[in-house]
Amino acid sequence: MSFLERYIELKKEGRLHELQDLIPYASFVGLETREDDKGLLTVLNQKNSNIGNTQIPAVHGGVVGALLEHSALMTVMWEQELTAFPKIVNVSIDYLRPAIGTKDTFARGVLIKQGRTVSNVRVQAWQDDENKPVAAAHCHILTG
Amino acid sequence: MSDESALYPLETIKGVLENLPQYEKLGLETTVLERGRCVLRMNYGEHLVGNPDSGVLHGGAVTTLLDSVGGMVVFTLIPNGASCATLDLRIDYLKPATPGKAVMGEAIVYKLTKSVAFIRATAFHEGESDDPISHAFGSFMVGSVGFSPEAKEGGSA
Repeated sequence: MSFLERYIELKKEGRLHELQDLIPYASFVGLETREDDKGLLTVLNQKNSNIGNTQIPAVHGGVVGALLEHSALMTVMWEQELTAFPKIVNVSIDYLRPAIGTKDTFARGVLIKQGRTVSNVRVQAWQDDENKPVAAAHCHILTG
Repeated sequence: MSDESALYPLETIKGVLENLPQYEKLGLETTVLERGRCVLRMNYGEHLVGNPDSGVLHGGAVTTLLDSVGGMVVFTLIPNGASCATLDLRIDYLKPATPGKAVMGEAIVYKLTKSVAFIRATAFHEGESDDPISHAFGSFMVGSVGFSPEAKEGGSA
């Protein structure tokens, strides 16, 4: 069974959190996707190995980027009925505040435009307060 | 080139950055460390896969490689004692990384001002720098925010 087929099954059964076990990198950094009352939520679970700045300490900017990219992919897969694994064409990440290394980080994406082959998604990541983002990104994702 | 003594010693940069938890966990190795140009190597590993059907690396691993090498190259040119923090990073994914192959991340500083460093970075397979996997531009705040290789008490946010 392909990943996409497994995804469709897990989505139907409300078991999206199990996706982490199918995507090795998601378990490597601790990325988990689930549904909450506002829709789809992607969580970067706190892990000391994700720290890139030991002085604050803060999550490595690249791992925060990974959370945003992963959340964007999950948003597209959630909103659209895909027949192929989506691919990021480009991503632009703004780092707004340090993501504190001792806390979980959350991300939510919005599908801005659904195209025939490329979709545009905006994502924000936060820790304590969804209105105080630690990072934001917009990206183009190839879906066809 | 400015006075070497005013800059971070290259060995300090390498030693401190390679010991950061995420650098270590990813197994990033410094292969070129010059003032204004750095290359890091990230070996392929099953644990870095983002597409379980194809075995292609997750974009996030490449993002971390590029952000790491970008930060490293900024440290080679900023005053000893200064810190840096990524302000933004824009990446074009040009082609998927080939499963099984290590990925190199190379970065240069193309403009340095008092408070911002502008970098260009590429990711490619060894010996294939003319056919990159991804191409990125980034900017880093320089000064008192972010991380400094000089481990002082409580770096500011």
